[in-house]
Amino acid sequence: MDRPVRIVTVALVGNPNSGKTTLFNRLTGANSPVGNYPRVTLTPQRREIRHRGWTLAIVDLPGIYSLTSQTPEERAARDFIHFNTPDLVLNVIDSGNLDRSLFLTSQLIEMGRPRVHALNMIDEARKKGITLDTTAMASMLGGSVVETVALFGEGFEGLLDAIIAAVETEVDAGLVKITYDSHLEQTISRVTDMIGELHPAMLDKAQCHWLAIKLLEGDDEVLTREGEHTQLIDLIRLERSALARNHGDEVDTMIADARYGFIHGLLQETRSLSKPDRGGDLTQRLDRVFLNQFFGLPLFLASLWVMFEATFSLGKYPTDWIDAGVKATGAFLNPLLPPGMLHDVVIDGVIAGIGGTLVFLPNIVILFFFLALFSETGYLARTAFLVDRLMHPFGLHGKAFIPLVMGFDCNVPAIMAARTIESPHSRLIAILVTPFMACSARLPVFVLFAGAFFAQWAGTVVFAMYVISIAAAMMAAVLIGRWLKGEGQTAFAMELPPYRLPTLRAVWFHMWERAQSFLQKVGGVILVGSVVIWFLQAFPNHTDRTEEFTASITVAQAQEDTPERAELLAHLELQKNQDRLVHSYLGRASQAVTPLFGALGFDWRDTTAILTGFVAKEVVVASYAVLYNQSEEGEKDGLKAALAGAMPPLRAFAFLVFILLYSPCLSTIAVIWREAGSWRWAAFSVVFSFGFAWVLAWLVLLVGGLVT
Amino acid sequence: MVDRAVISNTEAASVTLADVARGQTAWVKRIASDDTQFRQRLQSMGVVKGTEILVDHTAPLGDPRVYALKGYRLTLRNSEARHILVMLE
Repeated sequence: MDRPVRIVTVALVGNPNSGKTTLFNRLTGANSPVGNYPRVTLTPQRREIRHRGWTLAIVDLPGIYSLTSQTPEERAARDFIHFNTPDLVLNVIDSGNLDRSLFLTSQLIEMGRPRVHALNMIDEARKKGITLDTTAMASMLGGSVVETVALFGEGFEGLLDAIIAAVETEVDAGLVKITYDSHLEQTISRVTDMIGELHPAMLDKAQCHWLAIKLLEGDDEVLTREGEHTQLIDLIRLERSALARNHGDEVDTMIADARYGFIHGLLQETRSLSKPDRGGDLTQRLDRVFLNQFFGLPLFLASLWVMFEATFSLGKYPTDWIDAGVKATGAFLNPLLPPGMLHDVVIDGVIAGIGGTLVFLPNIVILFFFLALFSETGYLARTAFLVDRLMHPFGLHGKAFIPLVMGFDCNVPAIMAARTIESPHSRLIAILVTPFMACSARLPVFVLFAGAFFAQWAGTVVFAMYVISIAAAMMAAVLIGRWLKGEGQTAFAMELPPYRLPTLRAVWFHMWERAQSFLQKVGGVILVGSVVIWFLQAFPNHTDRTEEFTASITVAQAQEDTPERAELLAHLELQKNQDRLVHSYLGRASQAVTPLFGALGFDWRDTTAILTGFVAKEVVVASYAVLYNQSEEGEKDGLKAALAGAMPPLRAFAFLVFILLYSPCLSTIAVIWREAGSWRWAAFSVVFSFGFAWVLAWLVLLVGGLVT
Repeated sequence: MVDRAVISNTEAASVTLADVARGQTAWVKRIASDDTQFRQRLQSMGVVKGTEILVDHTAPLGDPRVYALKGYRLTLRNSEARHILVMLE
């Protein structure tokens, strides 16, 4: 039997929470996982499967509620259907939530592509006593209707058969129509005709009809696209105002009303309830506890604490093992490589860089275990609801709360946690604001400075840093929100999905996906970055005085082994290190930029510490140790004493504020790059945080100068 | 952008969804907003003329609130609910 060898493109469309991703994973045998978190890039996932000799390319479009042009997700989905004209649209519907879910279906009907409808999660609907007449539904929706339970792959054979049957028979998908008010119908057909004349032979009838409806709805994107046809735009304007005048409702409202009317009629005929709606379902009972006005917030904070503790306390063990493993590898390779350039690159650059990436992995895996648990059970949306009032005044979404709190420990997993925020606009703000949260790597610097300059007030100063950190994050949120204004800011309107038991499979997917993408995408950047910064810090490894130090050390070593000799040797070693750092590329760069910090009174030592802190904030302490000829370990008090005289307390405080606020570390920047989807945002983050840090440090000096 | 919407005097006098007490049910009359995007967003979430809405939960700080409609739960900020005109029982 001859059959045209052809790939059938199937576009997967559905509401968020409809089980669309689960269906995609299960249907395509998802050996490689697909995270359920909103993706930054809107490139749809595409996977091929075979069924009865056909090759089906399944394209997973973003989860959406409607096909307007309001959000990038909606635009991506409808552009794919309109311009790529897939052979078939597979519409995934939550069977327990038909009254609203079918709104998207009603719009898909008008896009005119052949369709198959999957009534997903039919098991939940059956438990509620809902029975659906799929045959009647199929004729009213124009396309087979198949009951499925994506989680268990139930109904998939029938679904795939229906897809192939639909493609083989090439049914006319344009037969079914939503009926509008008679005036509106006349208007739609007038506009459709004009579009047909303006785009001869380019658009089929269904596409013209769809465009007419979109134009009459006042869809910005379509109006812009057709902007050159002034005749058409004029007609639309006239018709819209005439309809609104005669009916007292805007055209988009008339259209939406008609769609819900169609849904109502359809459900009247196809849905029956065998048992009365008891009302007291599980979700309602759980919400009475978790959304309780008094216990809701404490319960959320308690679960957050458990997550926090597990991520960073439990995560400490594997992190230590990784640390030890990296050290052991270094120690193992150390004697194998001949001393010299290659040795240093491998041991101090590459291995340290790999170690620097791997240490984040335990935290990320554990954090995402919890986030997956929250998101799969339906609790995540509720946490956003609980704290939205606190976040909204600063232009932040309720879901930004978790990333910001996690930022207190480490910004890297925290920024990845911002993936739970659906709106790209809100997500971007959360990503850019999180680095201002005082991560634990900043604590050693706070402790050192607070001890050196504010011995009696050390605790208060460290506490002040945390307060400033939160205030700065909120200020930054307001500023960034203002700059990004108008970029798809929509209503908060958020669905609270029913509580569901999380499946091991889904939780595992989340964790694995995160770990994998972190290693693949972020790991490389961190690795290359660490090698580059290490190079700048270590080279040129020869200065004018290197010889001199080496000679002095040799002389000292030849002496009798006395405590004085040990002290002298240690001192020489420190001086040598200091000399090398000062003359390294990084040291020279620091001295070159010192004038920029003139107004803040930071000297070249401070700027060197700042630039080295770019690797990781805790390095600032190590750099000071080198710069002040003190050993970092053992004699912490020596370093404190050496620092104490170096600057007045007010300037030290300003310096701390600067350390708190400028770009936390290379890894954070790498993560921003990946999560925000462009290196431009990473660059913006660096520039913005440096500027912000500078201004605030300057304000500290100004205000402090006036007060004292 | 939602706040920019104009509410005429007669409409301001009628009941909005934000005024409905917890545990009460109301029916949507119309969305009083000139912002097409905002209207369409609410429409896509099922807020259209005649929709029955139950005020289900209030957040600890009084805002936002959870509404039960069309067989699911929707959260809205009070500033948004204020643009939804309703009829009471």
